Amino acid sequence: MMKKTRIAATFEKLKTGKKKAFIPYIMAGDPDMEKTMERVLMLERSGADIIELGVPFSDPLADGPTIQKAAGRAIQAGTTLKKVISAVRELRHHTGIPIILMTYYNPIFKYGEALFIEEASAAGVDGIIVPDLPPEEAGGLIRLSRAGTGLDTIFLVAPTSTEERTKSIVAACSGFVYYVSLTGITGAKLSVNEAFKSHFNAVRRLTGKPIAAGFGIATPEEAQAVGQIADGIIVGSAIVKKFHEEPGSAEEFIKNLRGTI
Amino acid sequence: MPALFELEKAYAQAKKDRSFQEELKRLQAAYVGRPTPLYHAKRLSEKLGGAKIYLKREDLAHTGAHKINNALGQSLLARRMGKKRLIAETGAGQHGVATATGAALVGLECDIYMGAVDIQRQALNVFRMKLLGARVIEVNIGSRTLKDAINEAMRDWTAHVRDTHYVLGTAFGPHPFPAMVRDFQSVIGREAKKQITKAEGRLPDYLIACVGGGSNAIGLFHEFLNHDIQMIGVEAGGTGIRSGEHAARFAGGSIGVLQGCKTYLLQDDDGNVLDTHSVSAGLDYASVGPEHSFLKDSGRIHYTYATDDEALSAFEMLSRTEGIIPALESAHALAEAIKLAPTLSQDKIVLVNLSGRGDKDVQQVAKIKGINLCA
Repeated sequence: MMKKTRIAATFEKLKTGKKKAFIPYIMAGDPDMEKTMERVLMLERSGADIIELGVPFSDPLADGPTIQKAAGRAIQAGTTLKKVISAVRELRHHTGIPIILMTYYNPIFKYGEALFIEEASAAGVDGIIVPDLPPEEAGGLIRLSRAGTGLDTIFLVAPTSTEERTKSIVAACSGFVYYVSLTGITGAKLSVNEAFKSHFNAVRRLTGKPIAAGFGIATPEEAQAVGQIADGIIVGSAIVKKFHEEPGSAEEFIKNLRGTI
Repeated sequence: MPALFELEKAYAQAKKDRSFQEELKRLQAAYVGRPTPLYHAKRLSEKLGGAKIYLKREDLAHTGAHKINNALGQSLLARRMGKKRLIAETGAGQHGVATATGAALVGLECDIYMGAVDIQRQALNVFRMKLLGARVIEVNIGSRTLKDAINEAMRDWTAHVRDTHYVLGTAFGPHPFPAMVRDFQSVIGREAKKQITKAEGRLPDYLIACVGGGSNAIGLFHEFLNHDIQMIGVEAGGTGIRSGEHAARFAGGSIGVLQGCKTYLLQDDDGNVLDTHSVSAGLDYASVGPEHSFLKDSGRIHYTYATDDEALSAFEMLSRTEGIIPALESAHALAEAIKLAPTLSQDKIVLVNLSGRGDKDVQQVAKIKGINLCA
């Protein structure tokens, strides 16, 4: 059994205070790593509980146009998985906020699973999300993550996941379960309707682990609606877009989102 | 993942279902025009002065390439699964045309994803797809070629999985696609085996096919894997391996994981996928079907490449010596045959998969030669 991770501790603390987790996503290296580190600290000041840091990949299959373009800019700026890990190491001099890397599998494969887990956890990364790696292919990565200092592995449950499949996904999750709030890719149109609630509750019945929802949450109203159901909300595309198009009003936008849940 | 499980189950049932197989067989004959001929290219063989060259004429299949074999099979399967809509990616446009054709045949809606670069170099096929009632969606992200069209099709499938079937066009991607596409394409090898046995009383010494994703190659090779025959897969060498402008995954790549499978991949040190180049849109792709990677590593199949220039000269040579204009993709396989045949004695037999016809490439070849067709 590994010791309690920072992510688990964060959810416990929030639960005790009857609060929900606010998990913003930004693309590492967009527009550069210096700015990314500043923004992580700004997100923490603005009320983030956990930070999701995107690692740019040339073929981000689960992402919509906003994050695809951000990944393109970050790669152009020379961002690599290694540099993102170094940035987390640097950030650890300034903050203890839980940091999750969201990366596709090939950069990890190329890096070497064991070396990646070793260096990421030593640098202070708390968890990983690998959207193109199904749990049945993730045995090695999960085993490595549980050893040593302990990294959480977070997998995605989709609205199309059957009960049987949901069971195996939540079993592979540690830290929390990532509930994909729509059938599609990041940044698409969300609708928080009865079908959403009923499937979410079906997932809830299958696990005692915290469940955070993400994909398509773009407005304070949507954040509020999802925040009433889930243990946390993840906001990516809307924040990435704000930082890119109107960086001046990003902080206010983020505080507004935080304020609704 | 649920979509893949659903597909795996549906395909396993269809595979065993006699009525499905009979309908497929009936349409392969009456609609596609199978069996496609096996043709002894006598003048080409004589000109090269070595082995006897046979061409498996997939260029004569309906819509002009082997792609229809798979598109027809998957269209029938999608209808059986109760799907309302087909989506597909396309590079050269042949798979897009084949899927649009399959959709029209079984009465389903159809959207085709195609990179902006490919739309430009394959304008004729774009118009054909539209004539067939499909919508062609331009992909303007990444390298704007086949790889990005697959990404977009997969994203669409993720969003519309309940009523949409994704007709992946090559023996690539997540299971069950590589095996299913191979099965639908292996009709090529089964026919070729019978035909060459009838013509020569024996099996060939060499099989040659071009390898983009690798569906025409695996379709020809599969039936012969247990026989003592040398097989050669030909990748796109572009302007040469050292130039970096190519799509030769075996000659210039390493193992990676992309689009749902682990296979050879052109990638940089950080695991990002590299841009590729080939004169042939259908071979211009950074990855390759996983079964080919397995067959390469096991040593069963030899993989080599042909450059743009070699393919272009093979394109012209076949046109002039045999009156057959090959697809630029297939011209890569011919380029290897042109190198190999003169080194062999006249009693050897080389069978080349002529995977598609070259009408779609005429405009581009004219452009490369600096000829203005509208003047």
